[in-house]
Amino acid sequence: MATNWTIRTATEAIAARKISARELAGEYFRKIAARNGELNAFLTLSEERAYAQADRVDAMVAAGEMLPALAGVPMAIKDTISTKGVRTTCGSKILENYVPPYDATAVSRLEAAGAVILGKTNCDEFAMGSSNENSAYGPVRNPESTDRVPGGSSGGSAAAVAADLAVVALGTDTGGSIRQPGAFCGVPAMMGSYGRVSRYGLIAFASSLDRIGPLGRNVADVAAVLKTIAGRDAQDSTSTETPVEDYAKEIARPVKGMKIGVPKECFGEGLDSGVREKVNAGIELLKKLGCEVREITLPHADYAIATYYIIATAEASSNLARYDGVRYGLRADGNSLIDMYRKTRGAGFGPEVKRRIVLGTYVLSAGYYDAYYLKGQKVRALIAQDFQDAFLKVDAIVTPTSPVPAFKLGERTNDPLAMYLADIYTVTGSLAGIPGISVPCGKICGKICGKLPVGLQIFGPAFGEAAVLRLASAFEHAGGATL
Amino acid sequence: MKISREDVVRVAELAYLDLTEAELETYRAQLDEILEYIGKLNELDTSAVEPMAQVLTSDQAADATLREDVVVRSEVVTDILAQAPDTDGPYFLVPRVIEK
Repeated sequence: MATNWTIRTATEAIAARKISARELAGEYFRKIAARNGELNAFLTLSEERAYAQADRVDAMVAAGEMLPALAGVPMAIKDTISTKGVRTTCGSKILENYVPPYDATAVSRLEAAGAVILGKTNCDEFAMGSSNENSAYGPVRNPESTDRVPGGSSGGSAAAVAADLAVVALGTDTGGSIRQPGAFCGVPAMMGSYGRVSRYGLIAFASSLDRIGPLGRNVADVAAVLKTIAGRDAQDSTSTETPVEDYAKEIARPVKGMKIGVPKECFGEGLDSGVREKVNAGIELLKKLGCEVREITLPHADYAIATYYIIATAEASSNLARYDGVRYGLRADGNSLIDMYRKTRGAGFGPEVKRRIVLGTYVLSAGYYDAYYLKGQKVRALIAQDFQDAFLKVDAIVTPTSPVPAFKLGERTNDPLAMYLADIYTVTGSLAGIPGISVPCGKICGKICGKLPVGLQIFGPAFGEAAVLRLASAFEHAGGATL
Repeated sequence: MKISREDVVRVAELAYLDLTEAELETYRAQLDEILEYIGKLNELDTSAVEPMAQVLTSDQAADATLREDVVVRSEVVTDILAQAPDTDGPYFLVPRVIEK
């Protein structure tokens, strides 16, 4: 039994009949059974669906048919993404028994490419969080150090990939929720540009920020999944016609001569010294690869968190208005319609969700809309412009993914603002709509020497996923993960 | 203090959220701190800035191509009703709306 399958080794072994898709799926279900009790990465397993798909792949192999790109690859899907017939909770009690009647486009595309969906991963409730401690179904533990958080909100997906309970996973990113858990768990994790991947079937948190993206154990796998799910979808009018490049071909291209911008605003106070050291070593490695590194400025970076928490919470307060107990999800008893709404939402939502709905409603309310929401929209424009100006001079921008490595469970749960500040380097790119990846960049000692992964974040210009992946791949091949 | 208990009560009413007394006070205190932090946006002069209401630029946006205005049948009624807590035929049943 080979450990740590990749897309390439799994698809090759299945095509060569060294292992059947059914056997491979079984292997992963056994691994999940052995470790999920401890990690709590998966909330729901979809054995029936997985084996049915595996059997379809095996039948194609037996018939000598040409196999699709992800044939037989075991995959996990974050529980904010709709899977037909498979319970989808968004980490919330309000959807505890909700079974979507349709698949998200990203999911249908993966299955059409032969992927085997093992189950749904745990996440912060409605994707709101940076540690996966806001799940109504218990926190996820970081496989690298089980007394620590895996990051969030896609903590379950990151932990599943890091612990080899899935070969690849889908996560979602609104303010850093794919990239930061990727960094905390030591796996490459990417969000494409806003509009690169269809949001049809993604249960909405903040519609101008939400993105679906892949996590994997290597950059090539992340690229392969992104290739499969990206592209225009008639069901999502915010998905663009921009052609999807051949990422596999693009990432093989050399990076010599690429210009990298390092924003001084992302290397100031608040950056852990161990993280700084590893990220600086990462930047040196990029220089050795022939990249030209220069300091740049993102003058409005310091305002990104404030901007994000106005816009994201405002959009969330609107998107979560649909959970009213009428048509699906939890319904609490009420002696009138309004009473039912209030009791359902009071009982079904966790504290972080309530906090954000209250904040979002406040910043949109009469008398405050101009001072907060409109102001936020204007600062967002300034932040987006900062990146556009920078990309006139450089091809990519590099920062730490997170100011700190994975913190301990419970360490930040009493201080919402401290938790929000964990996103300080990721939210800028979220607001600007640009693509970004986190790649493993060494490990550092925790307080009592555990080895905690550090992530290097690479941003590209809008629809510049190929450049981002190219740099990430070169970095990985040059030994970036073991710096 | 930026936000009062009455502010939180009013907003909870708008958002149809039942909050306990303890929740009201906890959120009030936390939101006060958050709004204080958010206030730093006032350091910026944005009088000449257009709000970023759309993420995609007009040449990136795909909505230039609208589909044909043709009715497409979707057979979803049974699946959708299957999720509902209380139904009667094609209707969702809810508690009576009480007139004030």
